[in-house]
Amino acid sequence: MSIVTVQLGQCGNQIGFEVFDALYNDSHCPQGLCSKRENEVYQESCKERFFSEEENGVPVARAVLVDMEPKVINQTLSKAAQSGQWKYGQHSCFCQKQGSGNNWAYGYSVHGPRHEEPIMNLIQKEVEKCDCLSGFFIIMSMAGGTGSGLGAFITQNLQDQYSNALKMNQIIWPYGTGEVIVQNYNSILTLSHLYRSSDALLVHENDAVHKICAKLMNIKQISFRDINQVLAHQLGSVFQPTYSMEGSYHYRRNPLGINWQVRPPLSGLPPLGKVSLNRELHFNTSIANLVILRGKDVHSADLGGFKDPELYTSWLAPVNAFSAWKTQRAFRKYEKSAALVSNSQFLLKPLDTIVGKAWNMFASKAYIHQYTKFGIEEEDFLDSFTLLEQVVASYCNV
Amino acid sequence: MTQSVVVQVGQCGNQIGCCFWDLALREHAAVNQKGIYDEAISSFFRNVDTRVVGDGGSISKGKICSLKARAVLIDMEEGVVNEILQGPLRDVFDNKQLITDISGSGNNWAVGHKVFGSLYQEQILEKLRKSAEHCDCLQCFFIIHSMGGGTGSGLGTFLLKVLEDEFPEVYRFVTSVYPSGEDDVITSPYNSILAMKELNEHADCVLPIDNQSLFDIISKIDLMVNSGKLGTTVKPKSLVTSSAEALKKQHQKPFDGMNNIVANLLLNLTSSARFEGSLNMDLNEISMNLVPFPQLHYLVSSLTPLYTLADVNIPTRRLKPSLQFISWNQEGWKTSLCSVPPVGHSHSLLALANNTCVKPTFMELRERFMRLYKKKAHLHHYLQIEGMEESCFAEAVSSVSGLIEEYKQLDATLGTPVEDLPRLSVAV
Repeated sequence: MSIVTVQLGQCGNQIGFEVFDALYNDSHCPQGLCSKRENEVYQESCKERFFSEEENGVPVARAVLVDMEPKVINQTLSKAAQSGQWKYGQHSCFCQKQGSGNNWAYGYSVHGPRHEEPIMNLIQKEVEKCDCLSGFFIIMSMAGGTGSGLGAFITQNLQDQYSNALKMNQIIWPYGTGEVIVQNYNSILTLSHLYRSSDALLVHENDAVHKICAKLMNIKQISFRDINQVLAHQLGSVFQPTYSMEGSYHYRRNPLGINWQVRPPLSGLPPLGKVSLNRELHFNTSIANLVILRGKDVHSADLGGFKDPELYTSWLAPVNAFSAWKTQRAFRKYEKSAALVSNSQFLLKPLDTIVGKAWNMFASKAYIHQYTKFGIEEEDFLDSFTLLEQVVASYCNV
Repeated sequence: MTQSVVVQVGQCGNQIGCCFWDLALREHAAVNQKGIYDEAISSFFRNVDTRVVGDGGSISKGKICSLKARAVLIDMEEGVVNEILQGPLRDVFDNKQLITDISGSGNNWAVGHKVFGSLYQEQILEKLRKSAEHCDCLQCFFIIHSMGGGTGSGLGTFLLKVLEDEFPEVYRFVTSVYPSGEDDVITSPYNSILAMKELNEHADCVLPIDNQSLFDIISKIDLMVNSGKLGTTVKPKSLVTSSAEALKKQHQKPFDGMNNIVANLLLNLTSSARFEGSLNMDLNEISMNLVPFPQLHYLVSSLTPLYTLADVNIPTRRLKPSLQFISWNQEGWKTSLCSVPPVGHSHSLLALANNTCVKPTFMELRERFMRLYKKKAHLHHYLQIEGMEESCFAEAVSSVSGLIEEYKQLDATLGTPVEDLPRLSVAV
């Protein structure tokens, strides 16, 4: 059950590194508060999932690194090698000299076709190393040019070439203000294209993670490294092995394979820690919820709150919409930890906001010439808007 | 990693260029302790083995042998370039990358553009192609010139068309020094307006620099230095105040301080493309994010620290309340973070703004132009040049007027409540 990770652009590569680091560190946590045998099985499973074995015993991440300019990849490769504990494959990266200029059209229409073959070959090589492929985990941002545009192109290719494998895209929702001026355009183009080719979109909002760093972790001068590490921690707690149906010692569950597709998916991940359900008058309505419990007392934990029908849409019974995965093996020294992955109206507001802002800008035709220059016409924008308005409406009616 | 080529044209262009290369060398020397020729340096410098005669001397890796600036120096009189070649930077420039003449352009745009343009077109093309060949991946041409004179203004803008035709995919960033109101060149309004038409049509991005503003900044620094208020705000060893040191002594080179500021601007602009950071910004991203409509590509720049330090955080939002953003770009911020600070400082901030505040400057320029043009003063100097006709003037001022009009329209949207356009409604 192996997952091949594709890291795209600066954001994708920076986060990807932190994720593998977190996964490795967790799997090598001493004991993990469970029996030795349990720990070994867990470690084996994690290793098989994310790493392949190199000759001299250093695990190699099952990852393909892609960026259109070399600085970040070079940094990422050296940081991994420095740790001495795990590394990236020497030949697992694809790099060019000049970036995508924050231009989705450039990433999608120029870099995509131009570099399709070498990138897909790299991915193919990783896939061949897997005994059993669970699927693909694609890490990218929405606001830039490479992660977003090239990411959309590659996901489409993966859909064509590996139609039986699951694809989950980890997308980074940009800060509300101040990252990239054309981020709203890039975001709607990315989302609309991913909707047609990805199986699930796992979303992290920069603003939300920033708040976690500021309020929950009390970090004073928050850097992107802090943000990425929080992200990696959250992702790790979702992707590390959990018991499959057979129970303890059996870690064969496919982390990508939950039945998200009740409708076209869009999922969100609230903060880690004790998940307290706010007894508000109005819940975000959920289509599907997954709770992952790790550590002490997992079998006796009370999950009744998650089965409350008020959480779910009227046409789903909680038993069909709620799943719980467990393992006694603790995650990264937390005695107890819980993670919630949710397909709900959680992202309705941010999505609506982005579509609104992009629409306003589109009405003034600002920056459009930068996209038409590379073959993305006004109709493509309109198609994206239409699709996303439908998504917004669908979630509204849940 | 990409490379950029600097093309410095005319006296002003070359003097600023010289300051830039000086600062760039110092910055790289401070960062690159081991003397290895790395990607950062290669963005502006070639590594050459000077023992090899001819062209085969380029070394792509390993220890730094001899650094040559990726630059083309153009001037139609020899004084300035000769001075550079005899000064401390003489080894930095490849003496095959020069184009000079003797007589100068006489502060006449038409001479620079039409006469020298056609005379030197072939040579210019040849030198540019050479410098492009030395680049692994050429991303950008930086053109430095002034608007008020003859060479920088005329030949400098002639170059733009050549670059556009010959290297259409390479960005053209132009640093243009605009004459102040008290410029001693009477025909500077003519030269500036004629040049502006070319900038409108052939530049990707223009960084207009106002001589008067530079002068004011230097005066302020001068005041602070002389009144002994240096202390914590102005750091003695910084690259900016090294010019202040020069001011303290003789005013040997009166424009040195001002040129240093412009050079610092260029250095900061390219820092994220040269060095690593957690949120990189390539030069092509500047154009993508800051130029919403092709014509409106004038970016006003501000830099700190010049004489005070400001707080830098991600993302910077302190300015927001006092700035009025246009309705469709309420959060029009592009942020970039580079880990390498400038020499002598712990951090710095460069802000580029696409702002309608350039409109009054352009209007004033047009005003000065019209005052001369109405009287047909000095026109004969231009019209006697082959290829120049009155229509050239008319077209130029019309181009500037068009630009001003576009800015006016955007300004007009301010203050009027803009309703959000109704969204698409879909059947579910």
